[in-house]
Amino acid sequence: MRETDADRAGGMAEPVFRARGVTKVYEMGEVKVHALRGVDLDLFSGELVVLLGPSGSGKSTLLNILGGLDTATGGTVEYLGRELTRATDRELTEYRRRHVGFVFQFYNLIPSLTALENVSVVTDIAAQPMRPEEALGLVGLADRLNHFPAQLSGGEQQRVAIARAVAKRPSVMLCDEPTGALDAATGIVVLDVLERINREIGTTTALITHNADIAGMADRVVRVGSGVIQSVERNERKKAPREMRW
Amino acid sequence: MKGQALAIAMVIVSGVATYVISVTTLDSLRETRAAFYRDYRFAELFVSLKRAPESAAEAVRAIPGVDRVETRVAAWATLDVPGFTEPVRGLLLSVPDAGEPALNALHLREGRAVVPGRDDEIIAGEAFAQAHRLRPGDRIGAVIHGRRKALRVVGIGLSPEYVYEVGPGAVFPDPKRFGVFWMGRKALASASGMEGAFNDLSATLSPGASRQDAVGRVDAVLSRYGGLGAYPRDDQVSHRYLTEEFRQLGTLASIFPVIFLGVAAFLLNVVVGRLVSLQRDQIGILKAFGYSNADVGMHYVKLIVLIVLVGAAGGIGVGAWLGRGMTRMYMAFYRFPHLHYELRPAVAATAGLVSVASAVLGALQAVRKAERMTPAEAMLPEPPGRFRVTLLERLGLRRLLSQPGRMIARNVARRPLKSALSILGIAFACAILMLGNVQEDAVGFMVDTQFRLAQREDMTVSFVEPVSARALSELRSIPGVWYGEPYRSVPVRLRFGHRSWRTAVQGFSGGGSLHRVLDTRLRPVAMPREGILMTDYLAERMGLRPGDRVSVEVLEGARPVRDVPVVGLVGEYFGVNAYMDLRALNRLLGEENAISGAFLSADRADRQSVYDALKGMPGVAGTVVRVDAIRNFYETMGGTLLLFTFVITLLAASVAFGVVYNSARIALSERGRELASLRVLGFTRGEISYILLGELSLLTVAGIPVGFLIAGGMTAYIAERMKSDLYRVPMVMEGSSYGFAAAVVIVSALLSGLLVRRRLDRLDLVAVLKTRE
Repeated sequence: MRETDADRAGGMAEPVFRARGVTKVYEMGEVKVHALRGVDLDLFSGELVVLLGPSGSGKSTLLNILGGLDTATGGTVEYLGRELTRATDRELTEYRRRHVGFVFQFYNLIPSLTALENVSVVTDIAAQPMRPEEALGLVGLADRLNHFPAQLSGGEQQRVAIARAVAKRPSVMLCDEPTGALDAATGIVVLDVLERINREIGTTTALITHNADIAGMADRVVRVGSGVIQSVERNERKKAPREMRW
Repeated sequence: MKGQALAIAMVIVSGVATYVISVTTLDSLRETRAAFYRDYRFAELFVSLKRAPESAAEAVRAIPGVDRVETRVAAWATLDVPGFTEPVRGLLLSVPDAGEPALNALHLREGRAVVPGRDDEIIAGEAFAQAHRLRPGDRIGAVIHGRRKALRVVGIGLSPEYVYEVGPGAVFPDPKRFGVFWMGRKALASASGMEGAFNDLSATLSPGASRQDAVGRVDAVLSRYGGLGAYPRDDQVSHRYLTEEFRQLGTLASIFPVIFLGVAAFLLNVVVGRLVSLQRDQIGILKAFGYSNADVGMHYVKLIVLIVLVGAAGGIGVGAWLGRGMTRMYMAFYRFPHLHYELRPAVAATAGLVSVASAVLGALQAVRKAERMTPAEAMLPEPPGRFRVTLLERLGLRRLLSQPGRMIARNVARRPLKSALSILGIAFACAILMLGNVQEDAVGFMVDTQFRLAQREDMTVSFVEPVSARALSELRSIPGVWYGEPYRSVPVRLRFGHRSWRTAVQGFSGGGSLHRVLDTRLRPVAMPREGILMTDYLAERMGLRPGDRVSVEVLEGARPVRDVPVVGLVGEYFGVNAYMDLRALNRLLGEENAISGAFLSADRADRQSVYDALKGMPGVAGTVVRVDAIRNFYETMGGTLLLFTFVITLLAASVAFGVVYNSARIALSERGRELASLRVLGFTRGEISYILLGELSLLTVAGIPVGFLIAGGMTAYIAERMKSDLYRVPMVMEGSSYGFAAAVVIVSALLSGLLVRRRLDRLDLVAVLKTRE
């Protein structure tokens, strides 16, 4: 169901993100790929949104633009009233540093640093971070502080990545297929952590997946296809990750 | 990959070029020398004597083993060259009045041979002629045996005897102040009082004849005529210097190419290794489809061979070009009729083969890695590296290091061998840079020690014949001379055990301050009342130690033979000598206070008038001025040293650049992902540059002191190999050489760093994050 003005006005504060008419065109050699063909979207503070869609639908592109990793070809994106689409590279770096926590499918930890150090890398440059031990405690890895990524399982690595993202107390958590490389059981553990963080700390969270079952845990489900938003649905009841089967 | 291949190719070019330069130059010089000696009948045995009648030559001819014999007249002269006021010494040698010399023939560069019947015609040696711009037709004045004579240059020539035209006791040619000339026999004989006689003899030996034997027998025949000891071609000065030069080139040819090619091989191993890692899945697929291990291996071998051949081709081209230039440079020091430069195909082929072989061997490990992977293994992602907290951190430094600092430290520590080899590569570049400068330092030190510490006289005067010590006061009374010290010099043969050595014993007055003798620690040493002081190198060669007694056979006058104790050792860099107290030497010779010459000090302003006065004194054979000798040295050698240093610097810089650039590119390739992750996390470009370049800086900075150590070792090795009785090069490394080497390495590293940084800035964050490790 398309989000209506009523929904927008209904009791929610100013959106954290406001995207209007966002387009993104890639040039791959001689071929032009239209990844996004005009996206309008608002994300509100504290909610957990799942971006659902098949591969190639443009959901990652949208997330990257929201996170300041990529720039839109057209349209505007505002974060708390500041326009991202015209920010310089330096400003985007600063934006990512202060406001965004990322979690990726393949964890992207620094292999030469321990779990604790991987989180410290971020807290060392943050303004008001959590203590790295605290963040790792949040994700249930208090006893694995001094292990290197090579010594951790996939699920543990992803949890370190989550701790790293949340330790800086970001305004926004952006997760791109966080369970994509994990088996079902481990995936549930990870999603549990994300859900808990969203609930306990109240960080606005956007989560990408192609797995419709996961959508059950979101406040709103945004279906993305062929470069546009096809529908936005509100979940009446949010499912806990443990309840999910896939 | 292109940039890296290019950087490696540059290192190979350096290696191959140094090889080609040294080998071709050596080849060309050897060939040219052999041809010159052969075509101009260079003698095999030489002897100077006081005076013998022409008939005495028959006795020498009769010696079994002696093939051809030619007698000559030789005379020293003081020359008056128009437009040149400083003292000039000349050696005049006779040529047959009719026909060519049987031995030691002349190559006429310009003009014509002397004509019989004219008594003033000379052929001037080319070096001297060029230095003074003399042409056939020019005139110079000469004082021969106290009598003035006007001479006319009719031709300009070269002789195999004086390829290296260096005066007696000198180390470097001084073409402005010493020259060799040829004059008709009759004319020279009458000018020097040698009519019907000879005082110089050359001979060749029959094939298979013993040189030792011949030398002994010639000495036996000629000793009654004041023979100063025959010597074979091996000891002939010009020939010796050439041989030493060849030895040096040979040493260089063995050291530099090995280092450069070694570094190139290491770099290829690293680069191909990385390539194989990056192309794992492609290798897996090819193997899955039936390509054999050998096929895959060959693919990488072909890549290596391609890079090496490009480098080798470049190196051969550069080497041939530089070699030609270097060979031409040699013409300025070594007087050959023409210098034939040739790049033999065998040299080029060897260079190519050796580079390919070393490269393939070096990269063998990487190639084998590609061959050994099973298809399934290959298609899996590379297993993550195992990191550890480094030793340093465990010792407590951990707290001091930021996370980026820890990343740097652990990356370096994870592959200790590779890190060590990278450091070694940079170290060698640093060492080579130092070598170039250290040569200059050493020579500067040698000259300084010799000419400023030891020989402090302004000029050295030598007499035609030993004279009474009273002549000294005559010299001292020349207006402008304010101090003088006498010396006595006698040619001798020293014997100890079965070893003998022909040299001169120099007698100085005790407590002399002008011309001093230094001990092995370069402190002035007083002349002992009795006994001999000997150059340390000579003592070593003769197996002598202070305390031993050496037999001294005097080769002039009454030719007494005496046993004299060796009382101490002398540190010298040029030549080998024996020293005694002047009075003690006189006693040894059984003479009263005789001197061969004097060391004088004179004010700069008065020098000219002193020269003139000396020129006018009939007993004076010649004058050598010290300041000129130093200036001349720097004039001749300075230019070559500079060129050599420049070329070596370029080559070494390319090695430093190559090693750092490759390390940087590989590091970027291996760490691109984590660096992009950091950018995603909000690290600025500057901050991730610090991480990447921090590791490289660590390697570079570690390499520099190791390079200094290696340079020390190489310098010692080279100095040891170049030791000879002609000169010994001290190990001297000035602070400026260290500084220069470090600076060039750092600049090369900075340049590579900048180039890599540009790539770093353009990291595509999105693309990198989508791929698995």
